[in-house]
Amino acid sequence: MTSPDRTGAAEALIRGPRRRRVRGGVPLPLLLPSLIGLAFLLVPLVALLIRAPWSSLPDLLTSTEVWQALQLSLVCATAATAVSLVLGVPLAWLLARVEFPGRGLVRALVTLPLVLPPVVGGVALLMALGRNGVVGRWLDAWFGITLPFTTTGVVVAEAFVAMPFLVISVEGTLRAADPRYEEAATTLGASRFTAFRRVTLPLIAPGIAAGAVLAWARALGEFGATITFAGNFPGRTQTMPLAVYLALQNDPEAAIALSLVLLAVSIAVLAGLRDRWMAPA
Amino acid sequence: MTRSARRTRRMLQVAGAGAAALLTLSACSSSDSDSSDSSKKKSDSSASDKLSGEVTVFAAASLKESFSTLRDTFEKEHPGTKVTFSFGGSDSLAASITGGAPADVFAAASPKTMKIVTDKGDAAGTPATFVRNQLEIATLPDNPDKVASLKDLTKSGLKVVLCDKTVPCGAAAQKALDASKLKLTPVSYEQDVKSALNKVVLKEADAAVVYKTDVKAAGDKVEGVEFPESANAINDYPIALLKNASDNKVAKAFIELVRSAEGQKVLTEAGFLKP
Repeated sequence: MTSPDRTGAAEALIRGPRRRRVRGGVPLPLLLPSLIGLAFLLVPLVALLIRAPWSSLPDLLTSTEVWQALQLSLVCATAATAVSLVLGVPLAWLLARVEFPGRGLVRALVTLPLVLPPVVGGVALLMALGRNGVVGRWLDAWFGITLPFTTTGVVVAEAFVAMPFLVISVEGTLRAADPRYEEAATTLGASRFTAFRRVTLPLIAPGIAAGAVLAWARALGEFGATITFAGNFPGRTQTMPLAVYLALQNDPEAAIALSLVLLAVSIAVLAGLRDRWMAPA
Repeated sequence: MTRSARRTRRMLQVAGAGAAALLTLSACSSSDSDSSDSSKKKSDSSASDKLSGEVTVFAAASLKESFSTLRDTFEKEHPGTKVTFSFGGSDSLAASITGGAPADVFAAASPKTMKIVTDKGDAAGTPATFVRNQLEIATLPDNPDKVASLKDLTKSGLKVVLCDKTVPCGAAAQKALDASKLKLTPVSYEQDVKSALNKVVLKEADAAVVYKTDVKAAGDKVEGVEFPESANAINDYPIALLKNASDNKVAKAFIELVRSAEGQKVLTEAGFLKP
């Protein structure tokens, strides 16, 4: 859970592993568990492919409900990532660059949604932003805004779960980045905000990209907080994971087909991002 | 200073001892009544075959309260046994049973979901209907939206949640709506009856179509509104012993308890109808 580790992992995701060969053979105590680990991660995905109802797949996937769910998933995950970027990057900067009492505690609280079961997150969101919630009550009374059961509610739930990934990733990159560049910029007359915009942001761009991908992937797969906070209605709040879960109840084949779509989208996005940002370091 | 501190400490000790004594007394009295209760039962449930072991029961979410009561009765009657539950939407439970989940008994909220399990050959013996459940509308306390019928739920601006159509309570609600030619657009199709109810308990939705038993279990957090159309959509609840428990005596005994007069009493008190 230490931030540098996570960022390292995140950046490896984007840039690809550094090519450095281990000299000599790989020791067995490392090779064996690593191969088991690899199989453990890959076998379920392969099983999904083997059991996929390939013949009926076209019919299953051309239904409007699937496309609705997929479209909604993509839109909401992207919107949640945008929200996370707008709020998360400044938060990460605050945590990395500004000394204030209780900073460690704040950092721990920010990462809490990472370890919290998403359903608990959903309940917490209802308590805060529900129609009768601590904040939601005033949103309803003053602006007539209610978030549960709306597409915006899905975005809120996904952002709540996904933003910590971005904050952790960006904060780690910020800590690794040399603050002297910013200091130099300020001594040359730039304001602190200009220094952030012109020096820090370009410097930590790969970390932000890595964090955004992690957050997007997390938002795309988000289930618990979404179904608890935003409910489940086709075309409005039923994202792909919800559709998969409910399809599994009466039509496992449809669930597998939907899972394949989600898997394909995830692979496509990760592969696409790798091509764009991959630069053999 | 030190003396007063010591005195406080002694006072605390005395108070602690007193509290402990009180606790033991109350524990004694409660266990007294328990033992007399269970000994009475033990005498008629023949102590010859002593049951011990575990049973895992997969049960529909709507059975949560009454089955938990029955578990307490069962474990008291047969010391050495342990009943474990998994409550959820009947469909997802059926899916996990056919997927190989280690369940001994399955109590479903509809014959359709039970059929998923029997069709796969995962049940030992034929399922038996042990209770029936009728739908009811759950509204906010004191019914602020003046919901009096199923038709009132179609009013615009009213936030209604239904169970998903794949879950028995959702299928039953749809049946009732279809029978009365009503078109209802809910704000959400929930994954099981308890989450539908909870949306009203949390005041996020104005009304939900759930079971009578759920309205009863929620106490004064919701208000129940009966509707005549629910008579067309009464769900039978079947219970069955599962394949991998075919010689599990504890599992059989638990099913017997559920179907016994004693079990039926607990279930009807919770709002279930007799089969």
